[in-house]
Amino acid sequence: MLRVLAVMRRYVPLVSLVVFVAFIVAGLSLDEFRAVVVNAITICLSCIGIG
Amino acid sequence: MPRLTRRRWVQILSTVVLNPIVPNYFTGTIVQAQSKGICVPVLNCYSCPAAIGACPIGSLQHAVASIRFRLSTGEFQAGLYVLGSLGVVGSLVGRFPCGWLCPFGLLQEVLHKIPGPKLRLPRILKYLKYIILALTVFILPALVLNAAGFGDTWFCKWICPAGTLEAGLPLVAADADIRSMVGLLFVWKVALLVAFVLWMIVSLRPFCRTICPLGAILGLFNKISLLRLTVDHRRCLSCGSCSRACPVDLDVPTQPNSPECIRCLKCIKACDAGCIGYRFSPHGPAAEADRPVEQEAAAAGSPPDGPRRRPG
Repeated sequence: MLRVLAVMRRYVPLVSLVVFVAFIVAGLSLDEFRAVVVNAITICLSCIGIG
Repeated sequence: MPRLTRRRWVQILSTVVLNPIVPNYFTGTIVQAQSKGICVPVLNCYSCPAAIGACPIGSLQHAVASIRFRLSTGEFQAGLYVLGSLGVVGSLVGRFPCGWLCPFGLLQEVLHKIPGPKLRLPRILKYLKYIILALTVFILPALVLNAAGFGDTWFCKWICPAGTLEAGLPLVAADADIRSMVGLLFVWKVALLVAFVLWMIVSLRPFCRTICPLGAILGLFNKISLLRLTVDHRRCLSCGSCSRACPVDLDVPTQPNSPECIRCLKCIKACDAGCIGYRFSPHGPAAEADRPVEQEAAAAGSPPDGPRRRPG
């Protein structure tokens, strides 16, 4: 059992990478890239301590 | 003039590459390009006039702050793209961007070179950044909503000194309309920035180590990222030179992949025995080389084989 867990731990970095790439793909398919652009091209007054 | 290290050159290059549109500082405008959709893995305010990328922490707060509103309108946008961007960088290199790419990290290191009394940070403060991450990036933006159903960007609004330095001050200086809106919040942000600057002079990278939510997120990946520090405990002389070189006061031989490590790799350079290295490998934390001699011996069922000293 411990050996199985040890083997599984070896693949944690790759699994993590694949999961987060899937997050990016899912986010892109939900048009989140555009949402980020819209926020980032507008001066965020509250972010800079004005609003 | 002191000779700059390779890491310093990379930090300077990264700062320039991420903020190349310098003329915007004089016009008080910000970049409108599609590149602003790319989340850079460093704390670089997207309201900075020269910035060409998006700050992941600002983007994440916006995503969390608008999640309730978007769900009510049938849009399922939960910040997966931003989380995925952070997760991919973390899975690949952990906190490496903190040590090599972050402009605010560069500023802190430069300010710390100003002569004067220097103070070590209490270890307990390292947990503060996780509280700040949870509260100001996730919980408060998601739960404290205005009448329209939007939350606020609590970290950017109340804490982030990078935003004040890179965006607030330049825009207030260049734009009369923005200048006319300055109030108590801006005074608070500037006072906080001044306090951080003073802190940076006496302590090394205090913001990264105690406040930065981006560092908190990327640090969680240090133990599992493909880029990992390795320590050959059989060759270690226990001389402590790696720990003395460490800017975040780690005991490198026992915790080479601590969440606090910013992967500056100074310890590798400081180790005369050459027992600290790094590897970029898909094989995870089961690697034997990371484990102290005592752990290896326990795993093998035998005592460690003698003192860790270099012969001769």
